[in-house]
Amino acid sequence: MNFHAVWAIYRMEMARAFRTMLQSIVSPVISTSLYFVVFGSAIGSRITEIDGISYGAFIVPGLIMLTLLTQSISNASFAIYFPKFVGSIYELLSAPVSYLEIVLAYVGAAATKSIVLGLIILATAALFVPLRIEHPVWMLAFLVLTAVTFSLFGFIIGIWAKSFEQLQLVPLLIVTPLTFLGGSFYSINMLPDIWRTVTLFNPVVYLVSGFRWSFYGTSDVPVAISLGMTVVFLLICIAIVAWIFRTGYRLRN
Amino acid sequence: MQPIISISGVTKTYATGFTALKEINLDIRRGEIFALLGPNGAGKTTLISIVCGIVNRSSGTVTVDGHDINRDYRAARSLIGLVPQELTIDAFESVWATVNYSRGLFGKPADKAFVEKVLRDLSLWDKKDAKAITLSGGMKRRLMIAKALSHEPRILFLDEPTAGVDVELRQDMWAMVRRLREDGVTIILTTHYIEEAEAMADRVGVINRGEIVLVEDKAELMRKLGRKRLILELRSPLDAIPDAFSHYALELSPDGGQLTYTYDNQSERPGVASLIRELEAAGIHFRDMDTENSSLEEIFVNLVRKQA
Repeated sequence: MNFHAVWAIYRMEMARAFRTMLQSIVSPVISTSLYFVVFGSAIGSRITEIDGISYGAFIVPGLIMLTLLTQSISNASFAIYFPKFVGSIYELLSAPVSYLEIVLAYVGAAATKSIVLGLIILATAALFVPLRIEHPVWMLAFLVLTAVTFSLFGFIIGIWAKSFEQLQLVPLLIVTPLTFLGGSFYSINMLPDIWRTVTLFNPVVYLVSGFRWSFYGTSDVPVAISLGMTVVFLLICIAIVAWIFRTGYRLRN
Repeated sequence: MQPIISISGVTKTYATGFTALKEINLDIRRGEIFALLGPNGAGKTTLISIVCGIVNRSSGTVTVDGHDINRDYRAARSLIGLVPQELTIDAFESVWATVNYSRGLFGKPADKAFVEKVLRDLSLWDKKDAKAITLSGGMKRRLMIAKALSHEPRILFLDEPTAGVDVELRQDMWAMVRRLREDGVTIILTTHYIEEAEAMADRVGVINRGEIVLVEDKAELMRKLGRKRLILELRSPLDAIPDAFSHYALELSPDGGQLTYTYDNQSERPGVASLIRELEAAGIHFRDMDTENSSLEEIFVNLVRKQA
């Protein structure tokens, strides 16, 4: 194991986050606060409680998931796409590092950043609404699992993308809609039956539902299924990354 | 002695169907400076990229100091430093951070004193806190070299190191290359400047259209360089060179109609005049004569043209 390399990459990536503090941390915090103002206060004041939880508190887990998903993907995809774009990836490819080490460092750094961000948003939310976390250990587990899974997913997008446009494509066209339709702002039980069934094909539903359970003990779908789906998605991402590295796909060709 | 790099039967065909390398066989000797010459698009960079692990080859094997570059990639790659042709640096990092990063990436523990020495040697120490994006082109080139040297490689690849580089940097670079060689570092450089190969290299290889067309000691090439040829078109063909002329370096063309005398034009007595006198005396007459110089440039151009 080339620990020096893993550490070097990880540190470099974290340094980038601190250098772009405004973009990496301040802007998600501001946009989340806006969600609270718009959904939580303005609209939420007209919505009754959901499952016995005030609407403002109800959307907190969904909002954190929203940030976690988008930030994990954008951090990890940009981190590997940028050296590809400017050409400095030559150094990584010529270095005595294994694929596992590359993934560990990049995905580790991207996941760290989004977890920190998730916790900052949680703290911000606590300023707006009364929060309670019934299963803190599970809350952290879902946080870490989701961050790692979607950082891996972002890493795959970053390797696949041939242009900045493609880099934005998947997050914009797939992830954002799925997140908004994934029960962040409502309980899927509020939907008509047919839409409820459609929604069950949306993987984000399971993430949000499981995460919300760790807060309030209530969920749209059983927690075990949430956990299972997240792990399945994680394994799919791991398999794709393994395939990318075995074939040198868009890296060594 | 075992070669430090051994390339055998290496081919590369890109997904587009373009064949960049056809059956490359090449050994690099330990501690030498090897110049790989070739026109643009000949396959120089592809070959280097394969050895360094940046591009997958289609077939063949490469070993670096006995380590297979796939099976034993860690050992192989940690020996190599690469300075690519393009100036590709993470623009927003400081010089100090980026050079230390390179050292870590290659598995070496942090060593501030060593990194400082590398930066000082390359006149980059004053710029250590500057972001890469603020550096001039020449300084960026120095930074690329510093990154490659940061992990104390035993083999250094310089891909077109002096393309677009000013005289001062070029001289600094050659001084550095000589210093590294004294420390036993093997250096492989690609260039299309022939003077550069002449000035620096121990051996020269010529690559064209994905094939190695010549590998030779530079001394041997220089010997050829300092040589001149006198070509005599004979009036009547000879069956063989008469014994009386055996002390001249003469060659007879297969049809017997052309006699070539190779001589050293630097010598006091090149022997041209006496040869002509003696030929006349022996009744061997010629109807035309020509002399030509062989230069590395000419050898190179001929080799490249022959293939075209």
